[in-house]
Amino acid sequence: MTPTRGTAERPLARAVPYLTGGLLLLGAAVVCSVAIGSKALGVGETLQALTGAGVDESATIVREVRLPRTLLGLVTGAALGVAGALIQALTRNPLADPGILGVSAGAGFSVTLGVAFLGLTGVQAHLWLAFLGAAAVTVLVYLVGALGRSGTNPTRLVLVGVALSAVLAGIQSGLTLLNPRVLDGMRAWAAGSLAGSDPEATRHVIPFVLAGLALAVWVAPAFNAVAMGEDLSRSLGVNLTVVRVLTVAAVTLLTGGATALAGPIMFLGLMVAHIARYVAGPDHRWILPVSLLLGPLVLLSADVLARVVVWPGELPVGVVTAFLGAPLLIVLIRHRGPT
Amino acid sequence: MTLQRHVVRPHRGVRGHLAVLLVTASIGALVFLLALGTGEIGLSPLEVLRILAGNAGDTLGGTAVLSWRMPRALLALAFGAALGLSGAIFQSITRNPLGSPDIIGFDTGAYTGALITIMVTGAGGYLQIAAGALCGGLVTAGLVYTLAFRRGMRGHRLIIVGIGVTAMLASVNTWLIYRADLDVAARAALWGAGSLESLGWKHALPALAVLAVLLTLAAVLSGPLRVLRLGDDVAVVLGLRVEPVRLALVAVGVGLTATVTAAAGPIAFVALAAPQIARRLLPATGTALALSAVVGATLLAGADWLAQRAFAPTQLPAGIMTISLGGLYLLHRLTTKRV
Repeated sequence: MTPTRGTAERPLARAVPYLTGGLLLLGAAVVCSVAIGSKALGVGETLQALTGAGVDESATIVREVRLPRTLLGLVTGAALGVAGALIQALTRNPLADPGILGVSAGAGFSVTLGVAFLGLTGVQAHLWLAFLGAAAVTVLVYLVGALGRSGTNPTRLVLVGVALSAVLAGIQSGLTLLNPRVLDGMRAWAAGSLAGSDPEATRHVIPFVLAGLALAVWVAPAFNAVAMGEDLSRSLGVNLTVVRVLTVAAVTLLTGGATALAGPIMFLGLMVAHIARYVAGPDHRWILPVSLLLGPLVLLSADVLARVVVWPGELPVGVVTAFLGAPLLIVLIRHRGPT
Repeated sequence: MTLQRHVVRPHRGVRGHLAVLLVTASIGALVFLLALGTGEIGLSPLEVLRILAGNAGDTLGGTAVLSWRMPRALLALAFGAALGLSGAIFQSITRNPLGSPDIIGFDTGAYTGALITIMVTGAGGYLQIAAGALCGGLVTAGLVYTLAFRRGMRGHRLIIVGIGVTAMLASVNTWLIYRADLDVAARAALWGAGSLESLGWKHALPALAVLAVLLTLAAVLSGPLRVLRLGDDVAVVLGLRVEPVRLALVAVGVGLTATVTAAAGPIAFVALAAPQIARRLLPATGTALALSAVVGATLLAGADWLAQRAFAPTQLPAGIMTISLGGLYLLHRLTTKRV
């Protein structure tokens, strides 16, 4: 594959303020994520606990609960943010999102099947099952979008995703009811949550997410050509098959990994991809790093919100991202004009 | 070939219509007898008929059929008919085969209304919850239509807006359940899957009474609906007051969905599939209200029976059956047909 140069070079000088601002915001989100919860900590306490000075209760909370959770948020947020940008580029569909298109549901379904019928347990097994499900749905969704005669109709793809998610979720909850003992632990996970994060599991998944990110960086330049249409990109020397296979692989690694850790989190990819395009313009070499920054930022903020709205309890973060992201879907379809 | 069918059709119209209606209704009746006869105490359809005719006295079989199974089986038929009818009304008004209440999200909104009613009024009787569900459904209907209306209601905007609003409402529902007391939350969660399992005569009678009123209203409105289907301009020329009729139809359609949701929770995809199947059985008539109702009744009775018996002794909620099978049907439609 020959990476194609983008048409519009964005001077680094213009990007620097955005990236710096994003990093600062992300830092603030991390601090909030550590400080806010059923036991609220002051800034001083938080910093003390972070630097390892304190040994009291708050330091334990920070180290045992909040830090692993924040790490999980960073990993899944980055993965889903980049996956959202990738899947929009792959399907050339501005309404695409790993959650809406059913990729997360596929990963979750596959894990449930494996646990229910093959008795597979453990992080490793769950992870590979999630990859399997995510890959299957990504390929399926892509084929439906590509083979449908109305390939340019973005609504159809969304509907396929919604129908697929409904079927998978229905069968999944049926299985949960049939095998209550085996699958009881999966019920909380079904809503998409960062709570109860297991640092061991996160550590297992990080290499796969990094591999997915590396693939994303590698295919990003080609997407600038792909965006101009299949024929034009072919004539520019892009091997479309390679680009698509690599993108499916990247989406699988990122979404599968994130779903194995946190369950299905809807609308995050959609939000991130659109904000990233707004901030970074049409060049995919900029969209990806911006998505990488925005994903964790949005997810951690949503998670903090999830801990505040029903304080001292908390909501699954997937509920918050759906509530924040769904209006964007409505705005997008309203501004498309009559199709 | 096509021409021939067109020429022949007017002649066979009414008789063909009646025949299809009768065949579908007898399938529904058969499922009804099966549902009454199967369970812990197995009875043949003949024995069930004998009991129904009043020749059973106080035997155990008689009690099982008349007191335990009858309300649930009757409600499955009635709710299925209500959903099929509601779907037919909405698909006609929106002139879109996907414009059914479950895709547009009215049942999720009705569920929100019912949840709020339960939380505000404590437990709440059936009529209170039904009123709450009706308000929730109507507000959602208004919201979805307002958001989707932009220089007309064409295209897929209605459906995507519905998916977005559904996602937001689902978040709100989860939030409400998390805020509620434990026993309310447990009831709401069970109910959220869409189950007929716990319904007895004390639920059946008010629900059937409300449905009888709504079915009568729908029958009265079926003539104007047929005119409306010719297009707004033609309808005006024919002397129909378009907007009041449409409003009344929306109210009846939402009322039908809300009545079902208040008693059984959201039962997805019956409203979507029944009118479409009816249209395939009788392509000449557009969307036949009566046939849609009969098909809906048969579908839900079948789904509920499957949900009870397929994995006996474990009972699944009927909603899980309908969402899995109906989702598959929708996928099939989306991938094989242009919608």
